[in-house]
Amino acid sequence: MTERTRRQHMVYAYAVLRPTPEAARAVAVLRGVAHEQVGLVETGDLAAAVGPVPAAEFEEGALKAGLEELPRLEALARGHHGVVAGLAPLGAVLPLRLATVYRDEDRVRRVLQERRDQFLPLLERLAGHVEWGVKVYTDPTDSPAGDTAVPAEATGGEAALSPGRAYLAARRRRRRGAEELWQTAARTAARIAEEAGGLAVGRVAHRPQRGELAQVPGGGAAGGGKPGGENIANDAYLVPADRAEEFRSRVLAAAEGQPGVRVEVTGPWAPYSFALPPDPAARPEPV
Amino acid sequence: MTTTEPVAGRLGPPRLPAAPYGQGAESAASLADILERVLDKGVVIAGDIRINLLDIELLTIKLRLLVASVDKAKEMGIDWWEHDPSLSSRARPRAVPDDDAERSLTEENARLRAEIAALRARAEDRSVDG
Repeated sequence: MTERTRRQHMVYAYAVLRPTPEAARAVAVLRGVAHEQVGLVETGDLAAAVGPVPAAEFEEGALKAGLEELPRLEALARGHHGVVAGLAPLGAVLPLRLATVYRDEDRVRRVLQERRDQFLPLLERLAGHVEWGVKVYTDPTDSPAGDTAVPAEATGGEAALSPGRAYLAARRRRRRGAEELWQTAARTAARIAEEAGGLAVGRVAHRPQRGELAQVPGGGAAGGGKPGGENIANDAYLVPADRAEEFRSRVLAAAEGQPGVRVEVTGPWAPYSFALPPDPAARPEPV
Repeated sequence: MTTTEPVAGRLGPPRLPAAPYGQGAESAASLADILERVLDKGVVIAGDIRINLLDIELLTIKLRLLVASVDKAKEMGIDWWEHDPSLSSRARPRAVPDDDAERSLTEENARLRAEIAALRARAEDRSVDG
């Protein structure tokens, strides 16, 4: 029997933070991806939030299979996020990428020591900041130029046209409408970016969310399930915590009164999008 | 316009996260928003378990196509990833339904062609008349 198969548990690492009494209290009420009690592994001025997880589920093969199954992936992602979100109010937390797993706590300590010069400045930079997500969508149901306006109009002047011409005219108008819609949304997105830039200290562009389900904002909690629309901007902003509410209301205000545009603000998140390695190419662009 | 609040207990003591394994769907954050953060962002440090990041990134790209919650999607009857071998290890090729689908497509195609021909003939009649 090898050393590894004898082992019952692995150590799942969620985040890097400061080893404070508040941090110890915060982890004490958190449960992780395997419903395990989360704890701290400390070394000097750094700590990692970790939890013992069953080796059977988190060995390479099992973990990989889990990641490829959407329900398992969702459970893992939400469990990971739940711990990070529970630590975020501490004010300085570096979320680790999903599925960072070690053989034992000593290995975690060693990594904390090895990467200390990288973690400390990052923690310093992110302390007292939160991340906001800002997504801008076109909203055809809310636009005078949208599809709904076309049929009513078409019954008027085009009754005399041949069906083919009427069809082409309607189609042309629809295309023009869609174009206008998109341009309005793009203008609004630019205005929001400008407004947001006034308060944020960093911005990271995520890829726009596309596809059939992108039109249904998450979990039933958002938006009343407005149909249609294309996500044209999906940005994350790093904002000082004491201006978080101001940021949210200013972004929402910048989108007000824009027909055909829908804006969704999510957060505050732990600063996932800004916890990047000091690779100049991957550094978030300054606002 | 909406806001969601993924940071638990922002204004008070931290509370328990939503139970894993899908119980108590309390978390308001959408799966898409969470995945693009936990898979794409966050500090990358080498763990002892080597998960091929390329695989995960590939998965992420595919997941961009299904960005609502799984429950929501199932509610809507959109669960096609379960039949996509590249998205789910449980997926199996579906021989019979696919044949059916193809046959009904062929039929529909033929019916539409016939309709177009009829419409075209009528339109030509009208333009001759006018």
